[in-house]
Amino acid sequence: MNFELMFLSRDLVLRFGAGFYAAWLTHMNETISGVSPYGLAIGMSVQDTTDSKLTVKVPYAAHLVGDPDSGVIHGGVITAALDNASGSAVRVSEDWHDGLSMATLDIRIDYMKPATPHVDLLVTAECYKRTKTIAFVRAVAYHESEDDPVATSVATFMMGTPNQPRP
Amino acid sequence: MQILKQLREEGRAEDMQALLDHIPYAKFMGVQVDRKGNEVTTILPFNEMLIGNPTLPAIHGGAIGAFLELTSVIQLLFNTQCERLPKTVDVSIDYLRSGRPVETFGRAVVTRQGRRVANVRAEIWQDEFNKPIAASHGHFLLTPV
Repeated sequence: MNFELMFLSRDLVLRFGAGFYAAWLTHMNETISGVSPYGLAIGMSVQDTTDSKLTVKVPYAAHLVGDPDSGVIHGGVITAALDNASGSAVRVSEDWHDGLSMATLDIRIDYMKPATPHVDLLVTAECYKRTKTIAFVRAVAYHESEDDPVATSVATFMMGTPNQPRP
Repeated sequence: MQILKQLREEGRAEDMQALLDHIPYAKFMGVQVDRKGNEVTTILPFNEMLIGNPTLPAIHGGAIGAFLELTSVIQLLFNTQCERLPKTVDVSIDYLRSGRPVETFGRAVVTRQGRRVANVRAEIWQDEFNKPIAASHGHFLLTPV
């Protein structure tokens, strides 16, 4: 969180109360970091951002289970978290502005081991190259350490796609 | 997996809807199965929570990925009786068009099935079968009965 945002946060709490601030934070989480309705539905939230990296968390939840016998969450949840974190990692760069928009071209995911039941999932994504037209992002899904991944992914995004309501 | 064994014993090994009803994440997504003979089509009814880009609006890439993966696994289990759910080894997804806020359908083909690994291709579409919105191919680990 940068300085301006800190002062704005304090200001909002003083003026409108903590409840409003919480709602505002949720709203910012949605707009700044691109946590979408689907991201919210699976409980995803942004944990941390630097200039090219972003970490999101997906808390373990019963509705995300893919195998009821073991309680392991579904691969689709990991796909969604990797996809969302990768897209958001492109948007955290300093020169990003709201006029820009993008679309996922492809994502390739390797699943290294099943996620551990009842443990939150973390995903860290890094946009390691961005050209005028394409952004390249890699991401890791893990519990404790990035060195012991549940899954890894590589994705490309096309920049400058239209972002207007459909006719 | 308990439910796979139960369905097999009841002679309903091909009842993919019953299987989906036992997978919490599939129920959460609202995925359904339509079967005509040996042809299996998965259905993802539209729901506001599937939105990834509220401006367009478009369905979330992750939801699309999850639907492709479920479609692949359903087709695999329909073709092969398994002890456990297939494990995804890797999946590669091409996003071809943005997903509009309408019903989405999916179909998968098992391109090669070995003893332990299967290759599966899947495609999903909305209004027009010939205009898929995304395609995937993946490898899955099997534990045949």
